[in-house]
Amino acid sequence: MTQLALVIDLNVCVGCHACVTSCKQWNTSGQAGPMFDDNPYGKDPTGTFFNRVQTFEVGEFPCTETVHFPKSCLHCEDAPCVPVCPTGASYKRKEDGIVLVDYDKCIGCKYCSWACPYGARELDENQKVMKKCTLCVDRIYDQSIPEDRRKPACVISCPTGARLFGDVHDPDSEVSIAIRENGGYQLMPEWGTKPANHYLPRRKTKMHIHEDELTRADNPLRKEDIRHETSKDTTLDDWLM
Amino acid sequence: MNTTTEQPVHEEVRTTTCYMCACRCGIKVHLKNGEVRFIEGNPDHPLNQGVLCAKGSSGIMKQYSPARLTKPLRRKAGAERGRGEFEDISWDEAFAIMEERLAKIRATDPKKFALFTGRDQMQALTGLFAKNYGTPNYAAHGGFCSVNMAAGLIYTIGGSFWEFGGPDLDRAKLFVMIGTAEDHHSNPLKIAISKFKRNGGRFISINPVRTGYSAIADEWIPIKPGTDGALLLALIHEIIKQGLYDRDFLTKYSNAAELVNMDPKSPEYGMFVRFEVPPEEGCFDAQNKLWWDRELNRPVSTHTLGVDPRLLGEFKLSDGTPVKPAFQLLAERVEQYTPEWAADITGIPAETIRRLAHEMGITARDEKIELPIAWTDAWDVEHKTITGNPVAFHAMRGLAAHSNGFQTIRALGILMSILGTIDRPGGFRHKAPFPRPIPPCPKTPKGPEDVQPNTPLNGMPLGWPADPDDLFVDEQGNPVRIDKAFSWEYPLSVHGLMHNVITNAWRGDPYPIDTLFIFMANMSWNSTMNAEQVRKMLNDKDENGEYKIPFLIVADAFQSEMVAFADLVLPDTTYLERHDVMSMLDRPISEFDGPVDSVRIPVLPPTGECKPFQEVLIELGSRLKLPVFVNADGSRKYRDYPDFITNFETAPGSGIGFLAGWRGKGGEKSMRGEPNPNQWQMYEKNNCVFHYHLPKSYQYMRNWNQGYLQWAQAHGLTRYAEPINIHIYSEVLQKFRLAAQGKTDGRQPPQHLRKRIETYFDPLPFFYEPLESQLSDKHKYPLNAVTQRPMAMYHSWDSQNAWLRQIHTYNYLYVNPKTAAAQGIADGDWIWVESMHGKVRCMARFSEAVEPGTVWTWNAIGKAAGAWNLDPNANEAKQGFLLNHVISEELPAHEAGAHVSNSDPVTGQAAWYDVRVRIYKAGPEEEKVTWPQFDPVPPAPGTPPRRAWQNYFAGKFNRGDK
Amino acid sequence: MHPAFSVIFLTTLIGVGQGLFLALFSAQAYGMAKLLPAQSNDFFAGGALIALLFLLGGLFAAIFHLGKPSYFITRAWRGMSQWRTSWLSRELIAMPIMIGLTFLYMVVYYFGLDADLYGWGVEGQLPLTVGIATAVAAIALFVCTGMIYAAIKFIQEWACALTPVNYFLLGTASGFTLATAYAAAYGDGLVQFFGNWAIVLTLAGLITRAASLFRNSRIKRKSSIQTAIGVRHTKVQQKSMGMMGGSYNTREYFHGKSELFLKSVKWIFLVLTFALPLILLWAGLAGNDGGLFLLAFVFQYIGLLFERWFFFAQANHPQNLYYQVVG
Repeated sequence: MTQLALVIDLNVCVGCHACVTSCKQWNTSGQAGPMFDDNPYGKDPTGTFFNRVQTFEVGEFPCTETVHFPKSCLHCEDAPCVPVCPTGASYKRKEDGIVLVDYDKCIGCKYCSWACPYGARELDENQKVMKKCTLCVDRIYDQSIPEDRRKPACVISCPTGARLFGDVHDPDSEVSIAIRENGGYQLMPEWGTKPANHYLPRRKTKMHIHEDELTRADNPLRKEDIRHETSKDTTLDDWLM
Repeated sequence: MNTTTEQPVHEEVRTTTCYMCACRCGIKVHLKNGEVRFIEGNPDHPLNQGVLCAKGSSGIMKQYSPARLTKPLRRKAGAERGRGEFEDISWDEAFAIMEERLAKIRATDPKKFALFTGRDQMQALTGLFAKNYGTPNYAAHGGFCSVNMAAGLIYTIGGSFWEFGGPDLDRAKLFVMIGTAEDHHSNPLKIAISKFKRNGGRFISINPVRTGYSAIADEWIPIKPGTDGALLLALIHEIIKQGLYDRDFLTKYSNAAELVNMDPKSPEYGMFVRFEVPPEEGCFDAQNKLWWDRELNRPVSTHTLGVDPRLLGEFKLSDGTPVKPAFQLLAERVEQYTPEWAADITGIPAETIRRLAHEMGITARDEKIELPIAWTDAWDVEHKTITGNPVAFHAMRGLAAHSNGFQTIRALGILMSILGTIDRPGGFRHKAPFPRPIPPCPKTPKGPEDVQPNTPLNGMPLGWPADPDDLFVDEQGNPVRIDKAFSWEYPLSVHGLMHNVITNAWRGDPYPIDTLFIFMANMSWNSTMNAEQVRKMLNDKDENGEYKIPFLIVADAFQSEMVAFADLVLPDTTYLERHDVMSMLDRPISEFDGPVDSVRIPVLPPTGECKPFQEVLIELGSRLKLPVFVNADGSRKYRDYPDFITNFETAPGSGIGFLAGWRGKGGEKSMRGEPNPNQWQMYEKNNCVFHYHLPKSYQYMRNWNQGYLQWAQAHGLTRYAEPINIHIYSEVLQKFRLAAQGKTDGRQPPQHLRKRIETYFDPLPFFYEPLESQLSDKHKYPLNAVTQRPMAMYHSWDSQNAWLRQIHTYNYLYVNPKTAAAQGIADGDWIWVESMHGKVRCMARFSEAVEPGTVWTWNAIGKAAGAWNLDPNANEAKQGFLLNHVISEELPAHEAGAHVSNSDPVTGQAAWYDVRVRIYKAGPEEEKVTWPQFDPVPPAPGTPPRRAWQNYFAGKFNRGDK
Repeated sequence: MHPAFSVIFLTTLIGVGQGLFLALFSAQAYGMAKLLPAQSNDFFAGGALIALLFLLGGLFAAIFHLGKPSYFITRAWRGMSQWRTSWLSRELIAMPIMIGLTFLYMVVYYFGLDADLYGWGVEGQLPLTVGIATAVAAIALFVCTGMIYAAIKFIQEWACALTPVNYFLLGTASGFTLATAYAAAYGDGLVQFFGNWAIVLTLAGLITRAASLFRNSRIKRKSSIQTAIGVRHTKVQQKSMGMMGGSYNTREYFHGKSELFLKSVKWIFLVLTFALPLILLWAGLAGNDGGLFLLAFVFQYIGLLFERWFFFAQANHPQNLYYQVVG
């Protein structure tokens, strides 16, 4: 059974928000749209977004890590938002594991969003229905889009390629390999929601210098014939006959 | 999901080039019923390879922004400047006003017309207009952006970062980023850094703040702002001390081994010893200097085959002249710059500095790359392989925007050079048209006599001085330009000093002007220092009640803060509505492997009466009968901008025009060829981009690559096919120093500037405290204040963007908790930031990712009330703030003068990051609103209504059927 | 969580309606068993009408909890479809059944309908049958309402058996208090019966609600900022939540009030829901003053509004870990 998902590589995410706005522009004019913006040019502008990039600081100066953290619906395998929906508007597709909302069935009761520990769902304040990441379901199967671009908008836009997309149930997929080889992990594993989306942690490259690497026969200084001063003290050389 | 079926709609996809920042990515714009459905990165574009950043992905909201100017506007009679009270007029009227005024100025005193532009990407055209008009008063934004980075490296290695060159992260093993804003060369750098990391490269970031790219560095080394020079010099010290430099590279490809005259009594003191003077010198380094032969122990002509010269030591020529190799002078210079010395200044432990130097040196030496690419150097020596020392650097405004930036960047160039990384795999690589001679050939006029009525300027408006005689000054040594560029105050100000134009014009120093034409630059707000006073200057009148700057024209696509001050407003189009070229004559988008240029082709019709600024220039140029825009009989030469681009040649029959691709009658030639009437269509069919792939053997070592140099000469990129040796030791600087010391026959600086020139025109890099620090009370103002550019915003442009402004709606001052605690400041408190020039009220946000001696904020988020057609109560105006209010455009009076620019003394680079501040808690009784506040401006006539809410859906948005 | 008035009114109003019905039914059952004197049909019909009005009031409040009120007509019926998995769906089924049965109960008593359904040959078989059915519906509705909250395991303040117990006890307590006032106004002899039960239920409610307050004050959070982003370090701080003007996530899950405010609400509801009604009920029973019972109900109901506000406000959703700091 297929389970499509995103794998987000925190090792290369620079927090540029490309995924945030490419998502917005694709989806506002797509099947999930329009995506409302309230007060877009006034005080406290707010709107519907499926994807946000957050920033965290880890540790204390100077041992600080700045972590940029993109977050959207994790398409949980055991999605807690689905069974609680009274109308069946929230559903998880059998064929690819995408969690979707049928806007025509949604009554805007928000119960699904309460049942999501990740804050991945947002009520569209204009349509008053619950909205969320669709993994660009209206892109990824669209035959009119070139095959290598049949990916969620956030994935094709991401400048650092920090977002991988694929089937996490296929052990040979790019995403499964990335999870396996790079310590991919899930958010809030304590709730047993089994998020399909995974995150890859920071990995550090270090350099070790051996002392003898600083003293080499081919040191260019040796070509400059730096002559050491002659010793003024009496030496054995002066005595031995 | 909506299951309702859509009505059949007209959909199409068109390619063009992004302009949400200066990166210039290729984009595909999907249209639905004539509205933008989706903007995606073009996968077939070499620059962004299909990706697109947050700004590019928000182009829709720029296109439909309520801040858009859509009609030419004239300030209402009797209305004060700055109030934003306008009436709309026709383009005919607007042109008539400009034609009459500018024709009169041109016929009398053309320098009274000043044209200054922002980050406009069309400097080749604007410069051409200014030159043909005959005014010296032209520049773009470079002087207040990163001219130190351009000049510092171009005067050292013949190229620089970003458009000019960059780190080859494909092959680098160690990448050191120092003082880089998050937006510079945004997408290509992001692509490269992530690939680099995935390939196991080691990434070190040196920056006072850890955000953006620094976040994913393997190691973050916090540094105090303005001290990068000290760090770089200490690194050079350690690398030389340990013998970790690339001796072979330095010998062959730099002036390190060339002998410098050390006779203090000689007029040639500090100059290279020359064995002959060629009959004709061009703007290239003649190969007439000497090495000291190790084996024969005597001087020998440089690059004599089989000779291994000395890099260290002191020698005497047969005539008794004491000489030293340039490298010896460098070694002597850095002797004092020990890691311990730098530790105190930079805040970086000496051990870390030492380790950094060792990592660089050992990686460069032991991880060498050998590519099996044969090439021939400029001295006819054939090489079987290309060698690379895989240590790459990237640097930008963090180094540049300090008044010691030029020398700091010289130090960076020298560090990169002694590691042997210039135009080699894994190191720094040039992008065409670079490398260029050191310095490049174009020169400005030399004196006031070169500015004549009704005559084109005798020289380029901006150039590259090679010695004091190239300065643009009058007989007394006073500046000819309004911004005092190329004067003794800032001799190598190769990008001008736009940041001083308004202040100088207001003061009438060096002279008053009549008309100031500003294109796409927010000079009353985030692009000016001292914004509050500059706003007053723009509105200031003389005793006769006339404005001190009599006429102000502003061309912009949006209602920026600057628009409110205009007498005449010209509405520009957005990038989706116009033709543009990223030209080889300007700043193209070349790749390491060859020249690349690109175009914009309109995907939408202009909104309202918007007119591309290029069309304005061509119309105006034609009306004013500027030679380049008219035929011999005075009739109009070019129908419009696309026609101009197609047919313009740098000289009749030169075959070189704005675009390098698909030249020749049928588009069969590239780089050079006759105009092709179908050139635009060919660009359009080819993703709007032209990419010339150099043969592999021409892709490296281009400063000295005979094949490449000859190719570049043949294709009109350079005048000479001479090698471009790295200037470890800068004779150009020494010439200015000698002039200041009175040892030359040519031009000499005015008395009050002699010491300044002598001090800062040091042929070897040195560290000095930034000028503001030298002139301020560091105990009273203990902190450095800097700005960073958020990746989701470009300058002030994106607060009008409904999507992007939800990400950055206002800004905080980021403070290390320990620094804040010392002042009793809590996270989120309202505080004052005060410098010796002024103060602002803002909110504090704690951050562990900032060096305790530094406070910082995102640049240009704060807005003046009502500007950009935001609600006057928008967060940008009430909670957002602009640091510019505490930064002065001029230094306090000191021995160099009372009104010296707050800039680098060599290049005139605006020293944004030199400002020193203190912070303290705002009183409990104070309003929880940023300060200073300005009276709100009303929406300009013709701007679209400010929507209270919106539901964007392409194809339906503007048709009411939501 | 951000307390929504629609839900506060919905749950408190139907709680009163269900409780009042259960009071009526208990009087009916006791009467059938001859443990209490039989009451007039009008007493039950009138009581059922009052219960019905509270239930309808709750239903009316519920409309405002939907995205748009129009969804009540166009879409709400779909809400009954997912009873297999959703407690909310079950509530949406139980509620109209409860309302319908209460109405039927009222009709039966109003018209004095009866039938010898089981061949027992005694009166009241039809009212008893309807009463039992309605009582089952009332209890089921309490369970559904409580389980809607208790079933969300991430909201640890709610995910506990005490939640449905509290819904049951607080609803019945307020229903019996109202029944006491009703009986007193009706001049009926059930004042003592209802009053004593009201005191018992209020006391029981106090104990279980206090138990949940006690429990909630020492919850060990399963989620932390470390598990939220998957970074294992003792010091992790958010610097930006990705937007600055607020979003659904900042509006829906935060009460936006101070700790002091929250604490005040807690003491107000403890006094209004439990202490004052207990005193008034006791005083009313001792002094046989019917007016005090009405006062007790009014205080208790207002107290329940505070209690319910607090119930939501105190609930700490783990998503809040992602929405701590604007920057």
